[in-house]
Amino acid sequence: MTAFVTSLRLTAATLLVCVGGYTTLILVLAQLVTPHTANGSLVTRADGTVIGSERIAQAFSEPRWFWPRPSAVGYNGAGAGGSNKSPTSADLTERGRQVVAAHGATAARPLPADLAAASGSGLDPHITEAAALYQIARVAAARGVPPDRLERLVRERAFAPGGFLTHERIVSVLELNLALER
Amino acid sequence: MDAILLILLIVGGATALSWPLGRYLRWAMDPVSLDGPAARFDRLFRAIGGRTTGADQDWKRYCIALLAFNVVMFGVCFAVLALQQWLPLNPDGKEALEGSLIFNTTASFTSNTNLQHYSGEVSLSYCSQLAALMWLQFVSAATGIAALTAMARGLAGRPVLGNFFVDVQRATFLVLLPLAVVLATAMVCGGMPMTLQGAVKATTLEGVEQVIARGPLAAFLAIKQLGTNGGGFFGPNSTHPFENPSFFTNVLSTIAIVLLPMASVWMFGRIVGRMRHATVVFAVMMALLLAKLAGAVAWEQAPTQAFAALPIAQDIGNLEGKELRFGAAAGPLWAVATTCTSNGSVNCMHDSLNPLTGLVPLAGMWLNATFGGVGVGMINMFVYIVLAVFVAGMMVGRTPEYLQRRVEMREVKLAVLAMFAHALFILGGTALFACTPWGTGTLNNVGAHGFSEILYEFSSASANNGSGFEGLGDNTVPWNVATGLVMLLARYIPIVLPLAIAGSLAKRRATASSAGTLAVDTPTFGVMLLATILFLGALTFFPAAALGPIAEHLQFIK
Repeated sequence: MTAFVTSLRLTAATLLVCVGGYTTLILVLAQLVTPHTANGSLVTRADGTVIGSERIAQAFSEPRWFWPRPSAVGYNGAGAGGSNKSPTSADLTERGRQVVAAHGATAARPLPADLAAASGSGLDPHITEAAALYQIARVAAARGVPPDRLERLVRERAFAPGGFLTHERIVSVLELNLALER
Repeated sequence: MDAILLILLIVGGATALSWPLGRYLRWAMDPVSLDGPAARFDRLFRAIGGRTTGADQDWKRYCIALLAFNVVMFGVCFAVLALQQWLPLNPDGKEALEGSLIFNTTASFTSNTNLQHYSGEVSLSYCSQLAALMWLQFVSAATGIAALTAMARGLAGRPVLGNFFVDVQRATFLVLLPLAVVLATAMVCGGMPMTLQGAVKATTLEGVEQVIARGPLAAFLAIKQLGTNGGGFFGPNSTHPFENPSFFTNVLSTIAIVLLPMASVWMFGRIVGRMRHATVVFAVMMALLLAKLAGAVAWEQAPTQAFAALPIAQDIGNLEGKELRFGAAAGPLWAVATTCTSNGSVNCMHDSLNPLTGLVPLAGMWLNATFGGVGVGMINMFVYIVLAVFVAGMMVGRTPEYLQRRVEMREVKLAVLAMFAHALFILGGTALFACTPWGTGTLNNVGAHGFSEILYEFSSASANNGSGFEGLGDNTVPWNVATGLVMLLARYIPIVLPLAIAGSLAKRRATASSAGTLAVDTPTFGVMLLATILFLGALTFFPAAALGPIAEHLQFIK
């Protein structure tokens, strides 16, 4: 019985310090030091309405935008997830076929794989630089802008996420599309 | 090349940090001198516990205290989850949870497993996430560290194992809390959200509405990684861009997964006073870790088989279920680290790993002692050590000894029982669910991969890991009850039995070491230990592996 009394006292102490104190400390720190990212890196219009988050993929399907990777959850920011399909699954082949058709990929001009494979969260905001360059022809035609301007746009914004530790360069889809609007 | 550099950075960095941390753990958990700061902390912890904290405990009383505290942990968590719709800090109006899901989630976090049959941003309020789950991420991890400390004291020949109520506070307040503050601060600087505001409604550039869930991520993530907990704030865990925003948060998170399990080995060595023995054990664990890393990283470079016949350029390996910002090798690397230890967080979807890559996390959970869970990983390794000492003794015809104490029938029986329980929970559970609609009605993939989903779920529950082949529709009453029970039994049996072994060894008279003593601090013993682990693991689990990942590989991969 005494063991339970002691356990209850420990419960109160650990709840107070590790939940109350610790959370408050980190919360205050984050809101003071990095308020923008601490609240979800939101992107807003001039009138203050929220467009989305820099870090969260959103759906783009019209030809005049750069398109993100497929999302198994339909870009649901309040219910993220992956396809959880085996890489040998026929369902993935079917999705691959649809994406290939949407992008008009051919054997001569194959689609970069990240545009066919869904991410784990379904909210990956990035595509590879190759995947962005791949889409330039479509976006340029839809907007009537010269392709080399779009290429410069992509190359300026692409980055290696781990510096010298990663050789694959990636680029944020929302950032590209916001730049198109400007 | 990228992969090798990344492995060097993460494994090397964690190893380098684990050494000073092991020294600190010894200072914090088992103070040598009872004056100075250690004594002041001790007085404080006894004051918090009250007069009932009591004196030092033998192994039985220590276990009773541990179980009593864990019962209270279970009760508090269950109550918070069950009442969440009426409690504060619920900006998104999360509603009541179903009964068996509450049981499963409570068992999961009390047992340091963090198996998730719910999806955080869909089902839980901030109060549930913080006061129930994050709280247990501190105190369940602390329970493991306390148990290892007690076991090490027994093996050092001390007649009493210390006081659980003091030990668990040392682990919480002196070890986990400061580390969590440091890591959470780093994560805040790395761009991780930390807010109590609810979800935000956005109107996208194409004019569609998108609801974006947020929350107190940085605080939650730090202790999730450090305490080998692994329960994600969001459903897809550390794949989520808020829960793992960049390459650098990913590197730090991966280091945090293995850091305390590594340091636990050094703490064990310091308390039993055998650093050379601890070095041999550490080397065996490291050999297993590196072997698994090599396999997983290599196999995951194979492209997605399902796209093979399509005009898709696959030059960075299998990308299904992976995020681009972590780099190509980060997924399999994390998958190995999180299952060698009993962490269970993920940064890619294990269900979508190539078949043989998926076998590596399974093997990690079957062995469950490649650094393992905080504290309990070294306890699991101790069970293997007892068996290795016994087998070696039989081979050369000598009475087996460990740390100058004779290992007799009782100890070997208890060790075998602990091993057997793990195998029974995994294979028995898988067999039951593979031949009933309880399991077969919940699969997301067909054929051998479907079998792997069931096998993975029980392996994860029994290893107190918590990761999953998440396609499995596991939020059903049979899954919730079965894995809930497995998690609880698989948590406390492998803590109580080794403590019983340590308790009985502690009472035995120390034998003088002689030329005939089996040395446990030589490379020879390391090889013996490694062989024991591999043979036991392979003999027990190979048939199941052959039916799942290996069958799928042979069937599909050309």
